[in-house]
Amino acid sequence: MSLELKGITKSFGSLVANDSIDLLVNDGEILAILGENGAGKSTLMNIVYGLLKPDSGEIRVNGEVITINEPSDALAAGIGMVHQHFMLIPVFTVLENIVLGHEATSKFGKLDLTKAREKLLALAADFGFHIDPDALIENLPVGVQQRVEILKALMYDAKILILDEPTAVLTPQETDELLEVVKRLRSQGTSIIFISHKLREVKALADRISVIRRGKVVGSAEPSASQEELASLMVGREVNLAPDKTAHEIKEVILKVDGLTVSDPSGRGLVKDVSFEVRGGEVLAIAGVQGNGQSELAQAIINLEDHVHGSISLGGKEIKGLSVHQSLHEGIAFIPESREDDGLIATFSIADNLILDTHREKPFAKGISLSPRAVVADAELKAKEFDIRAQSVKDPASSLSGGNKQKVVLARELSRPVQLLVASQPTRGLDVGSIEFVHERILAERDAGRAVLLFSTELDEVLALADRIAVMYAGKILAIVDSNVSREKLGLLMAGVAE
Amino acid sequence: MLSLKSFTATQRRQIGLLTVLLVIAIFEFASFGLNNSHNDPTTFGFTLGNEWVLIHKWVIGSQNGAYLFSLLAVIGAVGGLFLIRGKKSPAAGTAIAGVALMMGFLCWAAAGKFIPLTGMLQGSLLLAVPLVFGSMSGLLCERSGVINIAIEGQLLAGAFASGVVASLTHKTTWGLLVAPLAGALISLLLATFAIKFSVDQVILGFVLNVLVIGLTDFLYKKLLIPYQSTWNSGPSFSHIEIPLLGKLPILGPIFFNQTIIVYLMYLIVSLITYSLFKTKWGLRTRSVGEHPTAADSVGIDVNKLRFRNVLIAGLVSGLGGAYFTIGSVGSFGKEMTAGAGFIALAALIFGKWTPMGAVSAALLFGFADNLQGTLSIIGVSIPSEFMLMIPYVATIIAVSGLVGRVRAPKADGIHYSRGGSH
Repeated sequence: MSLELKGITKSFGSLVANDSIDLLVNDGEILAILGENGAGKSTLMNIVYGLLKPDSGEIRVNGEVITINEPSDALAAGIGMVHQHFMLIPVFTVLENIVLGHEATSKFGKLDLTKAREKLLALAADFGFHIDPDALIENLPVGVQQRVEILKALMYDAKILILDEPTAVLTPQETDELLEVVKRLRSQGTSIIFISHKLREVKALADRISVIRRGKVVGSAEPSASQEELASLMVGREVNLAPDKTAHEIKEVILKVDGLTVSDPSGRGLVKDVSFEVRGGEVLAIAGVQGNGQSELAQAIINLEDHVHGSISLGGKEIKGLSVHQSLHEGIAFIPESREDDGLIATFSIADNLILDTHREKPFAKGISLSPRAVVADAELKAKEFDIRAQSVKDPASSLSGGNKQKVVLARELSRPVQLLVASQPTRGLDVGSIEFVHERILAERDAGRAVLLFSTELDEVLALADRIAVMYAGKILAIVDSNVSREKLGLLMAGVAE
Repeated sequence: MLSLKSFTATQRRQIGLLTVLLVIAIFEFASFGLNNSHNDPTTFGFTLGNEWVLIHKWVIGSQNGAYLFSLLAVIGAVGGLFLIRGKKSPAAGTAIAGVALMMGFLCWAAAGKFIPLTGMLQGSLLLAVPLVFGSMSGLLCERSGVINIAIEGQLLAGAFASGVVASLTHKTTWGLLVAPLAGALISLLLATFAIKFSVDQVILGFVLNVLVIGLTDFLYKKLLIPYQSTWNSGPSFSHIEIPLLGKLPILGPIFFNQTIIVYLMYLIVSLITYSLFKTKWGLRTRSVGEHPTAADSVGIDVNKLRFRNVLIAGLVSGLGGAYFTIGSVGSFGKEMTAGAGFIALAALIFGKWTPMGAVSAALLFGFADNLQGTLSIIGVSIPSEFMLMIPYVATIIAVSGLVGRVRAPKADGIHYSRGGSH
C-alpha cells in the first residue's frame, strides 16, 4: 500500500509545526524521516495516525484521498503506529493490550480471548518472537514491550507501519534485532515510515530518506550519503560530529566511590555495590540502557538519595551523608538528567535560576534580602560567557529552547569552584548545535584538570567524550573499559553480557 | 534463625502485624485471664427469629473465655508466622487471631451480660450498606480515571429525593426509582465540569458536597419541617425473608432477611465485579483509568467512556442514599449521611480499588461501628470515648498491617485531552 501526504500544515498558536509537508511512501518501501528533536516529525505522524487534526492538507492511501479524524480511522485504513512512548498499559497482560479496542465477546458480554491468543501466537511464531501472552507488560523488558507494540499493529493488518523513534530506548543489540524485524516486514510487503535522528540506523535501513527541518521538508537523500552530509542537511549548516579530544594529563584521584549501594524505600537494590575512581583531567562515562541505576547513582553522589550505603570521597574527604548544599560546595557541579524537572524552575527568571545555588551568598544576599540588581548583573555576564540566547535574563526559563535551558544549567553549575562535574544525560533532546556546545564545555572542564563523571545512554556520545567507560547493568558496574573498545563489545555489556 | 532481610516488604509487614496480634493476645491472656478475679458468665445469643436452631445461646465464664480465646489467638498468630516462613499466605492465621482476640475481648467486656452476636453482625451489615454503595460509586469513577469526592453529596441527594418522593406518593417504589436519578444528577454536574471543562476534580467534588448539603438543609428547614406530614413521613421497606436461605442458622438473619436495598446491593456488587474484570466494558474502563493515551490510540473514546461511567456511578450511590430513608427510618434528617461518603472513599482506598476489597473494608467499618453501639447499649464499663475510637483503631490496624502500599489507577484525577506534542 502506498501513502502520500500533500500540503500538510499544522500550527500551535504562532508556532508552525508542519509547513505544507509533502511525503510519499511507496508499496513495500522503507522511508526514513530524519530530523532533529522539535523538527515536527512526531506532529506529522500524529496527524497521519488521527491523534491530531491538520489545519490543511490531504492524506492519500493507494492514491485515494481519505479522512482521518480518529485513530480508529487510521487503523481502518491499514495504518499502524509504534509510538515513541509505548501505548501499552503496564498493569495489563500482553494479550489484554493486544485486544484492547478490538475486543471479541461471547455470552453476557464476556471477553473472549481465545481467537486473539491463537492469532497472536501464530504471528509471534512467524517472526520468531518468544512472547508469553499472559505476562504483565510492566514485567517485560522494553525490547519485548516494543515487540508487543509491533505485533499489536500487525494483529489488525497494518499495511503501513509508522515507527516513531523506535530505537531510543533499546540496547544496541535490541536495535540490531529491530532493524532485522523491520527489513523482514518490508519483504512481506509492509510499507514503513521510520522516524529517527540517528544517522547510523537511517543509513542502514532506509530505501529513501526525507529530511525535515523546522516543520518543512528540506530535502531528500539516498542512504549512500555520508553521515556528515545527512547531518548538515538535518541541521542546516556544517556540523562537526566528532568533538576534538586532545591528549591530556591525568592527575590524582578526585572522586572515589567504594561499595556504594542505593535502595528504594521498600529495600529493593537500585545500585548494587558499585566502586570506581575518577581522576582529574579524565572523563569517566557511565554507559548503559536507561533505568539500570544510573539516575540513582548520579543523585547519590550529591547526597540526593536516601537509603545509601558505602563510601563516597571527594578529594580524599568523605562526603557521604552531607547535605546537598554542602556536597555542592565541596566542589561538585551537577547536571541533572531532566533539566525541565530538576535542573530549572521553569517559572523563575533566567537570572533567578542562575543563583539557585548561591542565593544566600554575597553579593546576591544582603542580610535577609536579595539584591536583584546584583543577580541581574551576574546573569548578564554568564549569559554572555555561555552564549545563552534570550531576549532578557528577566524572562522566565520556560521561554528558552532546550539548548539554552541546558546552557543556563551549565552556567550555574560551572560558576562555582568545582573539582568534579557530574553530568547526567547532558544532551538528551538537544539539537545538534547545542550538543556541540555541551560537548566542548565538558571537554574544556576535563582539559582544565577537573574530573568528569558522564552518564549517557547514547553510545556515540560515550565514545566521543570518554577516556574510560564503565557499563552499568541492573544496578551493577559490569566492567570498566578503555575508550577504544569496540561498539559491539560495549553493546553486549549494555545488554548485561560480560565475558 | 531467619533474618528479616530475606523477606519481601509485604511479608515483613505481615510479620509485623502478626507480632502485634501476638502481643495483644498475650496482653489479653494476662489482663483478662490471669488478672481477672471474677468469672461472671458471658452469654452469646445466636438466634434472632424463626431460623433453624443449632445453638440458641452459649454461656461461658468471662475468665475462661479470655483464656480460651487468647490462646486461640496465640495459635493463630504463631500459625500465621509459620505460614510466612513456608512462603505461604498467612491470611488464615491472621483471621483466626483477629476473630479470637475480638471474642476474648467480648467475653471480658460483657461479663455477666448478654451479647446478641447474630444481631450484632446483622447490624454491621446494615451499617455497611451505604458504605458499599458509596465505594462502588467511587470505584466506577476512579477505575476510569475520575476522582469522585462527591459520593457524600450523591448519597445525601439520593436519601433526600427518595424520602420526599416516597412521602408524597406513599409508595416506596417511587422513592427507590427516584434515588438513583438524584445521584446521577450530581454525577452529571461532576462529569460535565470535570471532563468537559477540566475543572480540578477534588475541588469540584468538594464543592458539589457543599452544594447538596446546603440545598437539602435549606429545603429541610423550609419544606420538610413545616409540612412534615406530607413531605417527610415516608414509608420504608420491610424485611423480605428469602425462603430456605433465610432460615439458615446465623447466616440467614444476617444476609437473607433484609430489605430489597440490601439484595440490590448484592446484585450490584456482583455485577460490577464481573463486568470490571471479565467484559469488554471492564477492560476499556481499566485502560482509560491507567493510560488514556494508549486507549485513545486504539480508537477508544476516552472522555465518552469516562462520562458514562461517572453517570452510572451516580446511579449507584444515589440508590445507596435511599438506604438512609426508605431503607431504614423512612423520613429524611438534616445531613443524615454524616460522612458515610467519605468513609466509603476510605473503604475504596483500603480495598485497593477492587470491588471485593472495598466491600470487605466497608464491612469492617460497619462492624467496628456497630460493636461500639452494641457495647454501649449493654452498658460495658469502658468510657464511651474509647468505644467511639474502635472503628478508627480498626481502620489504622487494617491499613498498616493488611493493606500495605496501595496503588491508585495511574490516570486517576488527571484530565485527558489529546496533547499537541510537536
